[in-house]
Amino acid sequence: MSLFSNITLGQYYPGASLLHRMDPRAKILALPLVMIMVLLADGTAGFIMSGIPVLLALLLAGIPPGTYWRGLKPLWAILLIGLAIQSLTYPGEKLWQWGMLSVSREGFILGMKLSYRLSLLILSTMLLTMTTTPMNLTAALEKLLQPLKKFGVPAHELAMMMTIALRFVPTLLEEAEAVMKAQQARGGSVSTGNLNQRLRASVALLVPLLAGSIRRADELAMAMEARGYRGDTGRTRLKQFKYRPVDIIVLTVLIALTIVVAADRWA
Amino acid sequence: MRVSNRKKVICLQGVSYSYPGTNNRIVLDNINLDVHAGEMLVLLGPNGSGKSTLARLMNGLLAPSCGQVLVDGLNTADDTSLWQVRKKVGMVFQNPDNQLVAATVEEELAFGMENLGFPPEEMMKRIREISARMQLDELLNFPPHRLSGGQKQRVAIASVLAIEPQALVLDEPTSMLDPAGRREVISELNRLKQSGKTVVLVTHDMTEAITADRIVVLVQGKAAFMGPPRECFSRVAWLQEIGLEIPPAAELARRIRGKGLVVPQDLYHVADWVEYLCQES
Ligand SMILES: Nc1ncnc2c1ncn2[C@@H]1O[C@H](COP(=O)(O)OP(=O)(O)OP(=O)(O)O)[C@@H](O)[C@H]1O
Ligand SMILES: [Mg+2]
Repeated sequence: MSLFSNITLGQYYPGASLLHRMDPRAKILALPLVMIMVLLADGTAGFIMSGIPVLLALLLAGIPPGTYWRGLKPLWAILLIGLAIQSLTYPGEKLWQWGMLSVSREGFILGMKLSYRLSLLILSTMLLTMTTTPMNLTAALEKLLQPLKKFGVPAHELAMMMTIALRFVPTLLEEAEAVMKAQQARGGSVSTGNLNQRLRASVALLVPLLAGSIRRADELAMAMEARGYRGDTGRTRLKQFKYRPVDIIVLTVLIALTIVVAADRWA
Repeated sequence: MRVSNRKKVICLQGVSYSYPGTNNRIVLDNINLDVHAGEMLVLLGPNGSGKSTLARLMNGLLAPSCGQVLVDGLNTADDTSLWQVRKKVGMVFQNPDNQLVAATVEEELAFGMENLGFPPEEMMKRIREISARMQLDELLNFPPHRLSGGQKQRVAIASVLAIEPQALVLDEPTSMLDPAGRREVISELNRLKQSGKTVVLVTHDMTEAITADRIVVLVQGKAAFMGPPRECFSRVAWLQEIGLEIPPAAELARRIRGKGLVVPQDLYHVADWVEYLCQES
């Protein structure tokens, strides 16, 4: 079992649900809309309205709830600490007291709101990455950023960098593990000893990794060039995206909801 | 095999090379070499003799310091035709991990075609063809890190073949593979050879070298030998002097002769042995 294989946060979950089949560009555009909505929401109506699209998407994605749960696990601590800090520090009507510590009603409500918003934000981002392959995500991002090229945004280069980074993460993790094991075999360890020892072990891990990456980058550049890579010029793409009616409907509904939520807040 | 009157795919004329910033240390010295259409040419030589450098000169990754390299008549030193050159001569490298760019096998097969501006439908068609031909269709959605070394190298070969180059240059494609992966890639190479593709293979493995039509031995940047494999491997003393092995089958014959038994001179391949032993009994 690989040391790093338990990183599952937001990893792509293969499937053929409505969400999986949506145009990745539409999904990328939907995310900021949902985020704005969640952040603007205030009051019961707003909270319900902003929660519905996320909840619906969660149900429609065809991903077992356990997977979301596991994905959120590393973040529970953050949510709980946020709740605790808000409830304990916000002044207001005392709900509960224990020695120096007291929980205020206003603080508790504020904390709950914060947790609710954070969970929605995290879940909606997770939904995007869990229903879209990294490859489609970068390709769609490139397409969306295309118009900004006029203003000097290096859309293609950014997408290529992301693709290569994603491609090499598993390879680098494997390599890190190999170096770590080699060092453990010789008595060095990143996870034991005092801070100084650990720091040294980390440096001893990072230096070969870095050197390896530079050599790798050199060879990869050569291989890409050999296959006719010359940046964006004259390049076509295998993946072609097409907006379908669902994508338009989803985006329209989200825009409408955002406006309603905003109106509700300032009304 | 008659190769002399065939079309020349790659022409090296008086090519010398020294890497920039190395005080003009000559890595390749006045190489004259033609690669003919349909032949399998194997480059041998001790470490540092310039094999990889020669390979990189063949598709314009490096431009010669002296002399010229012509690919199907196009000069590789000419920047304007460089992309044509890269389309005509495909390259496969040693390390399978450092030449795959894309997130999946399918995208990898498309990468070269995308660079050269193929329309999407054409890419789709070629990916289907090539993946069926090379038994990669089940791996199309696999990320590279889930493939074995042999599979990665076959994907690298397939993605180069997808742009249908006239010649394929492979720089030690099997040297980082385990025996199983090596067999996988070698059988792919044999298929390529049979289909009449022009192949230039750099290798240290003499079992691979014996299947060549022609062998070029580089020693310190000079083409010290050029000719058929059998002639090459008959020069046992010279090969040992420059630090090269001879094929295992030939080594076996040599050792048996050393024990005082009489076996013919020309047993270079397992197949030769099989033939010899069967006719004897
Ligand atoms: N990028 C470079 N810069 C400077 N010198 C180099 C570079 N690459 C190779 N050389 C030198 O050029 C010579 C030939 O190297 P090359 O890699 O072509 O040899 P090779 O025959 O492929 O060796 P090997 O069997 O080890 O792969 C060597 O002496 C090497 O040190
Ligand atoms: Mg080499």
